[in-house]
Amino acid sequence: MGESIEKVSIVISKGSLDGIYPGLIMANGARAEGIEANLFFTFFGLDAIHRKRMEHIKISTVGNPGLHLPTMVGGLPGVSAALTHYMENQMDKVDIPMIPEFMELIGDTGAGMYACLASVDMFGLEKSDFIDQVQDIITVGEFYDMAAGGEIIFT
Amino acid sequence: MATKTVAGVEVDVNDEGFFTDPEQWTEEMVPELAAEDGIDELVDEHWTVLRFMRDEYAEKGTGPTVRVLGKTSGVSVKELYQLFPKGPAKIAARVAGIPKPRGCI
Repeated sequence: MGESIEKVSIVISKGSLDGIYPGLIMANGARAEGIEANLFFTFFGLDAIHRKRMEHIKISTVGNPGLHLPTMVGGLPGVSAALTHYMENQMDKVDIPMIPEFMELIGDTGAGMYACLASVDMFGLEKSDFIDQVQDIITVGEFYDMAAGGEIIFT
Repeated sequence: MATKTVAGVEVDVNDEGFFTDPEQWTEEMVPELAAEDGIDELVDEHWTVLRFMRDEYAEKGTGPTVRVLGKTSGVSVKELYQLFPKGPAKIAARVAGIPKPRGCI
C-alpha cells in the first residue's frame, strides 16, 4: 500500500442540488474509507444545512450547459422544479438519499459539519436556523486549524 | 495476489488484504483478522454485522455499503462506526473474508 489520505476538509459553497451533492458524497465516502471528514458550508452552501431551505434544493437550470437545454428554456417557470423532480427520481433509483436524510447519515458517520461565520453574519442567520448536526459556526482561521494536516477540497 | 496465514491456514488475499476466495474463510479466523484491523474485543454486534456481510455476499455476490448495512442489518450507522471506526463496510468485509464492497453511497 502506498500513501493514504487520513483527513479531508470539504468546502461546499453553492446552494444548488448539483453544487451540494458532490461534496456530500465525497464526505460520506471518505468516512466509509475510515478517513476523517469535515464539511464546511459557506455562502449559498449554507442552504444545505438550513432547516427549512434544505428541503427545497433545486438543480440550476440557467447557466448549466451540462443540461443541454437552451438557456432561455432553463429560465422558464417550472423548468427547474420539473428537472429537480426528475433528478430526485433518478437518484432514488440508485439509492442516493434526499438531502435531509443524507445529512443525518453523514452526521451518524461522525463527520464534522460547520457553518462559515462570515456567511452566517452576511445572511443574518443564527445557529438555530441550522440542523442539529451542525456543530459550530466557525471562522476561516478556525477552519484552517481544523483542516491542518489533511486535504482541502473546494466544491 | 498474495497469500497469508490466518489461524494456521494459508489463504489467498489481494494487495489490500481482502480474501479473493471467500470459501477459504472460517469463523475461527475472525479474532485474528479483526485484531489486524485494530479490533481487539469482539462483541455480539460485530458478529451480527459479519454474518450479515457473509449472507449478503452469498446472496448478491457483493457486500453491502454502509448505507445498506445501516438500513438492513439491524445495526445503526452510528453503531457501525463505533464497531468499525476505520470504515464499517470495508473493515467488516475484510474481517468477514469477502471482497471489498463497491459503491459510492
